[in-house]
Amino acid sequence: MARRIRSGDFGFRLGTGVFAFALVLIVLAIGFELSRQSLISIQKFGLNFWRTSTWDPVAGEFGALPFIWGTLYSSILALVISTPVALGIAIFISELCPGWLKQPLVFLTELLAAIPSIVYGLWGIFVLVPAVRWLETSTPGVLRQTPMFSGPTLGVGMLAAGLILAIMVIPFTSSVAREVLKSVPLAQREGAYALGATRFEAIRAAVFFARTGIIGAVMLGFGRALGETMAVTMVIGNNPQISASLFAPQYTMPAVIANEFTEAADELYLSALVEIGLVLFIVTLVVNGLSRLLIWSMARPGKARVRVPTVPAQESAA
Amino acid sequence: MTNAFGFSRTSRRKLMSSLFVGFCALSVLLALMPLAFVLFFVVSQGIRALNFDFFTQMPKPVGEAGGGMANAIVGTLLVTSLGSLMAIPIGILSGVYMSEYAGTRFSSAVRFAADALNGVPSIVIGVFAYGIAVLPFKQFSALAGGVALGIMMIPIIARTTEELLLLVPSTMREGALALGSTRAGAVFRVVLPAALPGIITGIVLALARIAGETAPLLFTSFNNRFFTTSLRQPIATLTVQVYTYAISPYEDWHRQAWAGALVLVTIVLCCSLLARVAARRIEGLRGH
Repeated sequence: MARRIRSGDFGFRLGTGVFAFALVLIVLAIGFELSRQSLISIQKFGLNFWRTSTWDPVAGEFGALPFIWGTLYSSILALVISTPVALGIAIFISELCPGWLKQPLVFLTELLAAIPSIVYGLWGIFVLVPAVRWLETSTPGVLRQTPMFSGPTLGVGMLAAGLILAIMVIPFTSSVAREVLKSVPLAQREGAYALGATRFEAIRAAVFFARTGIIGAVMLGFGRALGETMAVTMVIGNNPQISASLFAPQYTMPAVIANEFTEAADELYLSALVEIGLVLFIVTLVVNGLSRLLIWSMARPGKARVRVPTVPAQESAA
Repeated sequence: MTNAFGFSRTSRRKLMSSLFVGFCALSVLLALMPLAFVLFFVVSQGIRALNFDFFTQMPKPVGEAGGGMANAIVGTLLVTSLGSLMAIPIGILSGVYMSEYAGTRFSSAVRFAADALNGVPSIVIGVFAYGIAVLPFKQFSALAGGVALGIMMIPIIARTTEELLLLVPSTMREGALALGSTRAGAVFRVVLPAALPGIITGIVLALARIAGETAPLLFTSFNNRFFTTSLRQPIATLTVQVYTYAISPYEDWHRQAWAGALVLVTIVLCCSLLARVAARRIEGLRGH
């Protein structure tokens, strides 16, 4: 009897374990398959692929520097815009707002994450880009002399991409930051208030206490921004150039894959695009891994474990 | 104590505090504004183009007014169903493994892999699915699109299942084991059914997210101007169709794109609301 149960348990462990293993296998397979397919490009260009900036499929010259530049620029711009807002929301919901408002606000901010990327892109083309164009043409001439605001006022370009990315990243950062703030012990705030701190001072102390986790939350948003494809592709202008200007149309790594993958006729071209995907895969793995490490480090003994929502909107479900 | 500005230190601190509270409230408004704008434009632009034909007609060539996205709607349904067919068993069973053998090293590895996979950009998943499901057959297909979407769903379902199983009171499992049930019996007959409403909610949310994906479908299921239900043929989907129409120069196609966006947003909103209602019920379970 005892043996039968034990062998039954082993079967159960094996049965579910196979599927769990499949999950691990998929991640490994992605890395393997992308490396395999980008082999031609890696062998041909080596490190020069990432140092040169000529992207000429016809001549067979591939330099990915403009895409890296565009991806980093747009993502960092998005972070600069979204971080204060996202932290403000997290603090407002977790510390300031009355109880009855909490759930509706959580629901609404996380609805931002639920709206499909393509809908943001469509809205971006027809609403945001004209608004940005208006903003650009009404920029005072003195500012237009500086490199950050030079160039034609097309509307499509880095500024539009940064704005739309910021909107898309806010719910991710704010929902994790909220979870992190939840893990700050209540006694910490009570102590601050007992010493006569104002609301701002008490919250500042709590935020300082949770700083590791909050940096993690911002990094998680960064990871999302790096890989965001459709909305950015539709508003950034898709022009492989390295420019400091917010007005200039530029290009990102996901955007070039989305635009050119089906057109890549020869093996080298395809391989170059896959290599961009491979690097995107590795970079997002590292950024996400680091951010989760930071968030988890908030969960040392004695503190509640911080949950990283798989999908922001899911938090209300689980 | 007054300083050069004539403020006492206390009132300066109070002012600072009020300004901060004001900033936090303002940032909520700042985030909700784009949400309101997006919803407003999608609804107002979409409703004008949305009619019965949109759901029943095929796309018309440029210049001909009217037409719809019947083929793309069927395509989205087909591709997301294929994705769920692949993701639900893998997701639920690996979630069961993670919660049942929570302490083991392998389950940590699985959890790590699930989180990693969840963070992989959807376009990269598309490139991968192209490599394993398009290249070998030299053909874009609905099946390849399903593979790409399935891979994106797996980690969401796995993590939801794990978390919800851990919420089920351990007394229920112990009761089943005490009555002589095997571990598998306890899980499949007692623990899993108790967590099922929540898991289904998670699946609905995952579906909503996956149905709105475009990037992984661009070069897996590709696009198709014709009606097809064949799994081996390229197939149109709502999202890819909206993309194609949005970047086209034609006024008429733009209208269709807005209508498509309205349908997508409606799906997402309904799923989110549904999940929220369900979540309220599950809160009861959590209270124990």
